[in-house]
Amino acid sequence: MGKFETLVATAAPMEARDINTDLIVPGRFLRRLREEGLGECLFRDLRFHEDGTPKPDFVLNRPPYRDAQILVANDNFACGSSREYAVYALYDYGIRCVIAPSFGDIFHNNCFKSGLLPVVLPEADVADLRAQAGTAQGKPFRVDLPSQTVTGPDGVARRFEIDAFRKKLLLAGQDEIAFTLSHGEKIAAFEAARAI
Amino acid sequence: MAKPLTLFEKIWSAHEIHREDDGTSLLYVDRHFIHDGSRTAYNQLAKRGLGVRRPDLTFATPDHYVPTTSRAFEDVEGEDRKDMVASLTRNTRASGVTEFGLNDIRHGIVHVIGPEQGLSLPGMLILCGDSHTSTHGAVGALAFGIGASEVAHVLATQALWQRKPKTMRVVVEGKLGDGVSGKDLVLALIAQIGVNGATGHVIEYAGPAIEALSIEGRLTVCNMSIEAGARAGMVAPDETTFAYLRGKPHAPSGAEWDTAVARWRALRTDPGATFDREVRLDAGSIEPMVTWGNRPSEAIPVAAAIPDPAASDPAQRKLLGAALEYMDLRPGQRMTEVGVDYVFIGSCTNGRIEDLRAAAQVARGRRVAAGVKAIVVPGSGLVRQQAEREGLDRIFVEAGFEWRHSGCSMCLAVNGDTVPPGKRSASTSNRNFVGRQGPDARTHLVSPATAAATAVVGRFADHRSLTRQGG
Ligand code: SF4
Repeated sequence: MGKFETLVATAAPMEARDINTDLIVPGRFLRRLREEGLGECLFRDLRFHEDGTPKPDFVLNRPPYRDAQILVANDNFACGSSREYAVYALYDYGIRCVIAPSFGDIFHNNCFKSGLLPVVLPEADVADLRAQAGTAQGKPFRVDLPSQTVTGPDGVARRFEIDAFRKKLLLAGQDEIAFTLSHGEKIAAFEAARAI
Repeated sequence: MAKPLTLFEKIWSAHEIHREDDGTSLLYVDRHFIHDGSRTAYNQLAKRGLGVRRPDLTFATPDHYVPTTSRAFEDVEGEDRKDMVASLTRNTRASGVTEFGLNDIRHGIVHVIGPEQGLSLPGMLILCGDSHTSTHGAVGALAFGIGASEVAHVLATQALWQRKPKTMRVVVEGKLGDGVSGKDLVLALIAQIGVNGATGHVIEYAGPAIEALSIEGRLTVCNMSIEAGARAGMVAPDETTFAYLRGKPHAPSGAEWDTAVARWRALRTDPGATFDREVRLDAGSIEPMVTWGNRPSEAIPVAAAIPDPAASDPAQRKLLGAALEYMDLRPGQRMTEVGVDYVFIGSCTNGRIEDLRAAAQVARGRRVAAGVKAIVVPGSGLVRQQAEREGLDRIFVEAGFEWRHSGCSMCLAVNGDTVPPGKRSASTSNRNFVGRQGPDARTHLVSPATAAATAVVGRFADHRSLTRQGG
């Protein structure tokens, strides 16, 4: 499990809602090995023409946003397919935090496994942060997990909610499987009681 | 009196091993399906030196990357795909997991073979590293998709950490019209509530129109729950469910069957139980549907005209406009004027026997229109066998459809069955996303009967008008 504590970085705005995980990483890249890296496949068909040349209008191809580590997205970000490669593609590109009014449920769960922080904030706040990201010319945002706040260039700290369990694992960079195996007796007792 | 509970709550609490202070639960997994996308999860296990805790509760099939033109491993296209398929065999063998391989008659799409084998049963918690795991909820189970790390977690521990989702009931009143299917019903639902209409919720489908559906129809409806953002979809088990499951290879038999059915009868939402949200739909008003855009919610009756984005709210306008451009369509255009190049009948949404029967009924005695390539891909080897027993394969072949072997095929288009750039497809699958069936491919979601009618007419067609005239 990846670790997350605080992040001070450029934020890229992404206006469109309902960005699905097929758009984040198209199906044809799912047979790559995880170790090969997925960064270059991120938003492949939105980011590049068929011949591999960049589409100049796409946000991550524009100067202040190329090195963005935060994405300020819109409603229902990463809906659709369960492919964890969507998380790997964002992570390998360098994105460490995505802010949106809502996420696809499976993607939201997947994020924590790699230490990518999904931040849910009310629609109006996200719209405001998106606008700030659009005009900030790369001025950094600060995402602070211990205090559960996002601070844009306007200096206003906005508090977000996160499950205590997930926060604990993220801050510690604790491996979830190892943690669960420490509950091994409970699992065995459950199996015995139900005769599974 | 005990608090009335929903079907979901009953299954959830029966699987809770442990609960953290913040309400996150560790759930026990009854059934875990894996497929040829499981290499990442097995690699994660190998790195940690862990094995599979309960291979007896885990079942595998290679469905995404396999060819549908043959059953030969050599025909898996390219070395990278071969590795996806071969690694599943290697990993399942090493870990003692049962695999329904390419040459096994029980091979098929993971969400088709679970219910078909009686591996998916009422009251179970069922997981698979695939978002359409919601399908299995049709037999009264709680079933949802997980990511690769969670697959590794379930393989190692047979358990999963989850936050309790919210609940939503979708009540479908009335009766579906003749020739209107579960696919049309679920497309109409998604058009009504939107692609995030059920995000964070588990849907229970209820009401007379759901009760009247066959298990195949319910599987189709539950399958597409994820397209409304739902965590899962489910239908309370009833006589239809029991009749479907009786005699299935992995279903209980003899005295155990009777005990099981008695237990399953209690798997109903108690009167007075409340849901976080409730949605109503009138089955009688649903027509055969087709999507025109790039989200499953952009669905309209086949006979209707494409809506004008200008009439929708500003937040949607841009996306709808972009969808029209991608799909090369214009507002006001009638779908029945739009010609297609490809027709795909299959997938975990509509690759079951009832789907093939519905399509064959339309295709019988007709010819696929010139210039249209139409393929039929049964959801499993057993579906294919049953269809051949009924002579459906001959009907399709005589009509000019290609008769294929089981697999995901053109639904995700990662096995080599793709729609070329700029071509238009009528597909019985579940996602009309940009590039889903291949870069720049244009996908329209329809029911099997509508797909068959579209294949023979060459343009989107209301199958009822064909079968009414032609008999
Ligand atoms: S048929 Fe399509 S949606 Fe279903 S499991 Fe295969 S790829 Fe996924």
